[in-house]
Amino acid sequence: MTALLEISGLSKAYPGVVANDDVSFSIQPGEVHALLGENGAGKSTLVKMIYGLVKPDHGTMRLKGAPYAPAEPRAARAAGVAMVFQHFSLFEALSVAENIALGMEDPPKPRDLAARIRDVSHAYGLPLDPFRLVGDLSAGERQRVEIIRCLLQDPKLLIMDEPTSVLTPQEVEILFQTLRKLAAEGTAILYISHKLEEIRTLCDAATILRLGRKVGECTPRAVSAAHMAEMMVGKSLAQPARDTHTPGAVLLAVKGLSLPATTPFGTSLQDISFLVHAGEVLGIGGVAGNGQDELLAALSGEINAVPETITLNGLPIGALGPNARREKGVLCAPEERLGHAAAPEMTLTENAVLTARIRRGLDQSGFVDWARARRFAQEIITRFDVRTPGTEVAARALSGGNLQKFVIGREILQDPTVLVVNQPTWGVDASAAAAIRQALLDLAQGGAAVIVISQDLDELLEISDRFCALNEGRLSPARDARALSMEEIGLMLGGAHDMAEVVA
Amino acid sequence: MIVDPVTLMVALITVATPVLLAAIGELVVEKAGVLNLGVEGMMIMGAVCGFVVAHHSGSAALGFAAGMAGGAALAMLFAILTQLLMANQVASGLALTLFGLGLAALIGVGYGGLPLPTVYRPFPEALRDIPVAGPIVFSHSVLVYVALMLVAAVWVVLTRTRIGLVLRAVGENHDAAHALGYKVVRIRIAAILFGGACAGLGGAFLSVVRVQNWLEGMTAGAGWIALALVVFASWKPWRVLLGAWLFGGIAALQLRLQAAEVGVPVALLDASPYLITIIVLVIISSDRSRAALSAPAMLGRIFHTSG
Repeated sequence: MTALLEISGLSKAYPGVVANDDVSFSIQPGEVHALLGENGAGKSTLVKMIYGLVKPDHGTMRLKGAPYAPAEPRAARAAGVAMVFQHFSLFEALSVAENIALGMEDPPKPRDLAARIRDVSHAYGLPLDPFRLVGDLSAGERQRVEIIRCLLQDPKLLIMDEPTSVLTPQEVEILFQTLRKLAAEGTAILYISHKLEEIRTLCDAATILRLGRKVGECTPRAVSAAHMAEMMVGKSLAQPARDTHTPGAVLLAVKGLSLPATTPFGTSLQDISFLVHAGEVLGIGGVAGNGQDELLAALSGEINAVPETITLNGLPIGALGPNARREKGVLCAPEERLGHAAAPEMTLTENAVLTARIRRGLDQSGFVDWARARRFAQEIITRFDVRTPGTEVAARALSGGNLQKFVIGREILQDPTVLVVNQPTWGVDASAAAAIRQALLDLAQGGAAVIVISQDLDELLEISDRFCALNEGRLSPARDARALSMEEIGLMLGGAHDMAEVVA
Repeated sequence: MIVDPVTLMVALITVATPVLLAAIGELVVEKAGVLNLGVEGMMIMGAVCGFVVAHHSGSAALGFAAGMAGGAALAMLFAILTQLLMANQVASGLALTLFGLGLAALIGVGYGGLPLPTVYRPFPEALRDIPVAGPIVFSHSVLVYVALMLVAAVWVVLTRTRIGLVLRAVGENHDAAHALGYKVVRIRIAAILFGGACAGLGGAFLSVVRVQNWLEGMTAGAGWIALALVVFASWKPWRVLLGAWLFGGIAALQLRLQAAEVGVPVALLDASPYLITIIVLVIISSDRSRAALSAPAMLGRIFHTSG
C-alpha cells in the first residue's frame, strides 16, 4: 500500500532557530497519526509546511505518490489537505455559514451551503446552526465550525492542532467519535497534542519531535504514557509533591457576586459564591469563555462590584481597585501574558515595578528606586529559573513559559494572602509547568489561599484541594477534588446541555 | 417664509455628495481593517486635480477621472507606507492630510477663478421642470446619481458577494484570513485605492460641480466629517447616506439662515452642521455593544506575516 503522505528530510530554519531539521515520516490512508512534542519542538512549523503556509528550506513531500509542494493553503486544500487550527481561525462577527464559505474554494449559494452544513453536521454528530454568529458560540461549537469547514471539502488528510485543549471531557468524546468515523471512511488524520492519554486512546501511530528533530516513533497503544513523555522531554519528569493538610481560616469569601458582561461576546457573572481557606488551593475549571476573564477581573479589582460581595478576612473589598487590593494582599496573574500580565515592550525590571511597587516598596515619594527594582527582578529570575539574558530585557523577548514563570514568580514573591491565577501553565512546556504548579503548592503550604482558574482538568486535579466549575457565568458548588471522577467533572462543567442534542 | 424647502432640498443633496463619496470610500477601507485618516488630503487632491484637468481639457468627465486618480495616487502612498513598510496608520494618515493640503495648494497656484466646462445632467429639461419633484430628483449633475448608486453597490458587495465577505473577513481577523490563504495585504491595498478614488471624486465634485472654482483649503473639514460619519454610522452604508444628508441639510439650512439674518451668532451657525451631525450620530450609535459588533476588529492594526 502506498502511503497517503510521505515526508522526507523536511527542514526549516528561522533566523536563530532551527524549527525543523531533517524530519521524515509517512501517514497511511485511514490512519490517525499523532505528532508529539513539547512547545517549540517544531510541530506547528511542520504542519504549516504540509498546509502550505510555510515553505520548507529542504526536503520533499509526496501525496498519494505524486510530488506535493503546496505554495499556499489553497493549493493544499485543492490537493485534499485540510487543517483545524489550535487558535481558532474564525471570524467572530460573521455567521457560521459565512465562516465556512470563507474556507472553501468554490462555495455554493448561501441557502444550499446552509443545507449542506446541516446535513454534514448531523451526519457526524456535530449539530450547528448555520446562521448564528460565531462570537456567540462556545469553544466546542467553534471547533465544530472548523471541523465542518474541513469536512465539506472532503479531505484526504485532516490536520488537527491541539484540538482538545479547550473542550470538556464529553466534547472530547464526541470529537473522538467523529474522528474515528472519519478514519474508518479512509481519511487520514494528523493529530497534534501533548496530552498523552488522549493519544493512547485515539491514535494508531505516533511521531515524536524534540527541538525540531524526529527523536522516535511508536505505536501509542503499545507503550505507556510515561515512556512517550520521556521521549518527548528527553528526561523523566518529577510530579509536583503535596502533603495533605487541614485548611485554616476563611481568607477570601465571595457571596452573591453578579456582574453584567462588559463586551459584546463577554459573559455576565451570575450569583457567584465561594470560600477559600488559608493553605488551600481552589481549582476553578471550565471551558474558555464561560466567565473566567470576568471572574479574574472582579477578583483583581479591574471591575468593581458591590463592596460586600467580596470580603477578605471579613472586610468588604468588592469596590476597591487593583492597587488597594494588592495592598491588602490579594494578587492576581491573568491569563494573557503579553498585554495583561506584562507590558510587552517594557523590561522585566519595569514590569516588576508595575505590580510589586506597593508591597515591595519599590518607590519612595513618587520616585522609583531602580536599584531595588532590579534586585527584585533578579530575585524572581533566580528563584523561578527564568531563562533570560538579564533584567533589562523586554518582556516580549521571553518565551511564553519563561515569561509565565516570571509573572507568577513576581506575584508569589510579594507574599500574597490570596493569589488568583488564570491559566497558569497555558502554552507552557511540561517542565516549566511542573515548576509553576510546585510553586503554587508551596505558596499554599505557607498559609496563603490560592485560586487556580484553568481549562486543564489534569492540572486542576493535580494541585487543587477543592474543585468547582464555571459554566455560562455560574459557579458550581465546590467539591473535594480528590474524590471526583472525570465523568462527574464533565457534568459539572455543564457539558450536559450539549450532550442532550447529540443523544436526541 | 425665509427658507424655500425645494431649493433647500436641492442644496442639501449637492452639499452632501462630496462627503458621501468620501465616506463610502472610507467605509470600505475601514471594513478591510485599515484606518486612513488622510481623507481630507485625498479629497483636496481630487479637488485640485479635477479642476486643473477639467479646465485644460474642457471635459468634466476627464476632470472627474483626474480627481479619482489624484485621490488614488495619494492613497497609494498611504498603502505603501502602511501595508508594505508597516508604518503606523494614524501617523501616516495625519501626514497624508497635511501633505495633500500642501501639495494641492502648490498645484493649484494661479488656477483660482478660471473657467470650467459645464457638467452633464442625465435627465431632460422636461423632467426637471416638474414642480417640486423636478428640481429635487431630476436636476442634479450625473455624479450625484453615481454617488447614490455607489452606496447601493457597496452595500450589495459587502453583504451579498464573496469579495465583500473576504474583505470583511480581512478586517475582522487578518491572522485567520491569512491562515485560510487570503492575500491580506493585497486586499487592503485594493481597498485603500478604492477609498482614495472615492475621496478624490468627492473632491472633484466639490471644485468642478458645487463651487465651480478652485480655492486653497476648499474642503474645509469635509474629509474629517466623512471619517466621523463612517464611525457613527456603525460602518453601515445606508446610515452613511443618512448622515451625509443630515450634514448637507443643516449646512444648506444654516447658509440660508445666515442670509436671512436670524438672531443667532454666525460662528455658531457655521459650526452647526458639524455639531448637529455628530450629536445625532452619537445618539444613533449609543448602543455600545451593537456598535462594537459592527466595528471591524482589526481596525488600524498592522498585519505582520508570521512563520
